Amino acid sequence: MTNVIEVKDLRKSFGHREILKGIDLTVGQGEVVSVIGSSGSGKSTFLRCVNLLEWPTAGEILFKGESITRYGFKIPDYREKVGMVFQSFNLFANMNVLQNCTIGQIKVAGRNRDEARAIALDCLDQVGMSDYIRAKPRQLSGGQQQRVAIARALCMQPDALLFDEPTSALDPEMVGDVLNVISGLTHTGLTLIVVTHEMAFARDVSDRVVFMDGGVIAEQGSPEDIFTKPKSERLQEFLTRFLS
Amino acid sequence: MVERSMWEWMVLLLQRFWPQFLKGTAMTVMLAIIGTAAGFAIGLIIGVIRTIPRRSGGKTGLSVRSVCLGIVNAILAVYTEVLRGTPMMVQAMLIYYGLTEFAHIDIAALPAGIIVITLNTGAYMAEIVRGGIGSIDYGQSEAAKAIGMNHWKTMIHVVLPQAIRHILPATGNEFVVNLKDSSVLNVITVTELFYQTKGLRNFYYRTYEPFLIAAAIYLLLTFVSSRLLRLLEKKLDGPTDFTLTEKSGALAGGRRRK
Repeated sequence: MTNVIEVKDLRKSFGHREILKGIDLTVGQGEVVSVIGSSGSGKSTFLRCVNLLEWPTAGEILFKGESITRYGFKIPDYREKVGMVFQSFNLFANMNVLQNCTIGQIKVAGRNRDEARAIALDCLDQVGMSDYIRAKPRQLSGGQQQRVAIARALCMQPDALLFDEPTSALDPEMVGDVLNVISGLTHTGLTLIVVTHEMAFARDVSDRVVFMDGGVIAEQGSPEDIFTKPKSERLQEFLTRFLS
Repeated sequence: MVERSMWEWMVLLLQRFWPQFLKGTAMTVMLAIIGTAAGFAIGLIIGVIRTIPRRSGGKTGLSVRSVCLGIVNAILAVYTEVLRGTPMMVQAMLIYYGLTEFAHIDIAALPAGIIVITLNTGAYMAEIVRGGIGSIDYGQSEAAKAIGMNHWKTMIHVVLPQAIRHILPATGNEFVVNLKDSSVLNVITVTELFYQTKGLRNFYYRTYEPFLIAAAIYLLLTFVSSRLLRLLEKKLDGPTDFTLTEKSGALAGGRRRK
């Protein structure tokens, strides 16, 4: 298994507040990693650093062995290969569903219109939204919007996808739809890093679960180890609060 | 001399001088259209430049890029402040007579007038565009970056189309203001409606009636243009419903239905 993303002693401060206090994590090709932890533990900041939406204060992030923070690294090209799905969907409000999925392919990946359209329909089909290609984002429910957002990311044919609490802004009944879509991606060879509060999802779908606490990775391991044999006190506490 | 009522004076003036009113109106409309359109373009460019992230890739400290951007931003800030902070009438005098006096450029009144109204509108539009860009949820910009778009692509394809829709009422407002304020260009002898009207005073030594006609024309222009803008806004918003597509149809169709 080759390493897609390697994070070495990643630190991030906002002003004087240090949010990430040295994160080390290696994620292999096709691996599904869930990141859990309480709010404010730095999960989202960590994920945003991996996509360089936040610039690390210190440390190193390697993508297939290449440092993404070095001078001259082509960040847009990197982001094309590492997609991101946001908590608040962030669909382009001025475009319909199909355009949301083709714009990046045409303007960034340089595909022609027909090719982009074919790929978009394929990806939309994968998330069950291909009937809605003419709808504008504001006409869709949250769950539908998030599925389109996942399709939009898939259309770029990335090596890895980052999910930043993809279901936190959804009604409970829509959470399942989105989680099913994400689960469906786990056997496709795509590398996934999912920041989530859905413990059942983390337990059932991931290859590895990372527990973050106070800006560091407090514990990591297989879902079984994390959920049935938590070692640290903080994780035990966290799980009792969540599973009770 | 014959005694005439106000209405009779107006009819007489229109009968005799309608070409002057028409020419003045055409000039006023042209100044407003060119000034607003070119000012809008300036505003968009400035708006996009001023929202370029200072730190590419988050490198801290001074880089060539951040220094250049800082200088450009400072120049743009001075431009908007100076042009918004001085009356257009004064700007007209300075540009028209200043260019001849100091740069020895013999500029005609009309081009000078167009330059003044464009630069002036540009300064206001720059601020309006900045507000429009700020009104678009930053998440969409992040999403655009997350699929590999750079600042320009993000602006052109995602942010500006929405920002422009948001600032359309304010832009229409600028157009209406330009219809009226182009009248100050009469001080540099641009032959717009006010200038033409002023010239008619001497024929009958009447001031009230010609300007009443001018007022009516200005009001008509502003009223019609604000209605047209309202229509345009509605059109841009598009239909509120959408149609589900059969998958097979969507695949076979190839093109979007009009």
